[in-house]
Amino acid sequence: MASDPQLVEQLNVAFREFVPHNKALGLTVVDVDGLKLTLALPWNDRLIGDPESGVLHGGAITTLLDACCGASVYVRLQDPQPIATLDLRVDFLGRAPTRREVRATAECHHVTSSVAFVRGVAFIDDPAKPFAIATATFALSTQGRAVTLDQVLKGSELA
Amino acid sequence: MSTSLDAAREARTTGDFTALVHAIPYLEFLGVTVEHREGRRVGVMKFAEHLVGNPTLPALHGGTLAGLLESMAHLECLAQTEVKQLPKTITLTVDYLKSGKPKDTYAVARVLKSGRRVTTLHVLAFQDDERAPIAAATVHLKVG
Repeated sequence: MASDPQLVEQLNVAFREFVPHNKALGLTVVDVDGLKLTLALPWNDRLIGDPESGVLHGGAITTLLDACCGASVYVRLQDPQPIATLDLRVDFLGRAPTRREVRATAECHHVTSSVAFVRGVAFIDDPAKPFAIATATFALSTQGRAVTLDQVLKGSELA
Repeated sequence: MSTSLDAAREARTTGDFTALVHAIPYLEFLGVTVEHREGRRVGVMKFAEHLVGNPTLPALHGGTLAGLLESMAHLECLAQTEVKQLPKTITLTVDYLKSGKPKDTYAVARVLKSGRRVTTLHVLAFQDDERAPIAAATVHLKVG
């Protein structure tokens, strides 16, 4: 995968170190290829949803996809600005294999002045064979003291 | 050995979800419990720092709200239906209405249709005022 190591590192500061829940899940940006951004969720017993089969809870998959779709909007935007998820649909095509790292890839395929449209997939080895598919929209330039990627990269918001 | 299905049966017959919640690691990770209020089951996600998605606002991570909404759909389904296996989510659609404040969050699920193979639920998450939900979800569960 073609990737810009510096951008990946910057995004990891913004989306892992700065966001407590992403950090609690151990989410890591592993690749940015054009507009496509890939996140990894390492295996964690605490995220199991079905104790008999050991399959991950859908909430962990949805969170991975939400984070991935949101991060992909930042990759697309020329001018970093606060965003907020408007809606997110996840289709669970199958169950994630147990005890494996899960990955998600998302691409923001369209933006207007106020909304970003994103598609994403969750998979194990091959993004062409996803076990979950996400469709999300994000409101841009949301009001309030939301943080921009720029602020994060400048370190002004880091504790 | 007691299974999560035994725990689900216990929750359905006694109304006590403690064993079922305890059996599902992700619910413990989120800090979700079930309370009874005015004859309804209410999911409670106790605020904790690791649930935060935006520390400047601050606001809960949207994924935690999705996790709470989906979990409450499963628990409500198990409370109303005798199943041979735990329900599996087919689709989950979440509408985010307001940012989640750093405080306890509640969720109530309503079964729209209980079918032989698929159960459809609508779930609302709220904090201060149930009439002003912060997120809503439609969930289709495979139950047979």
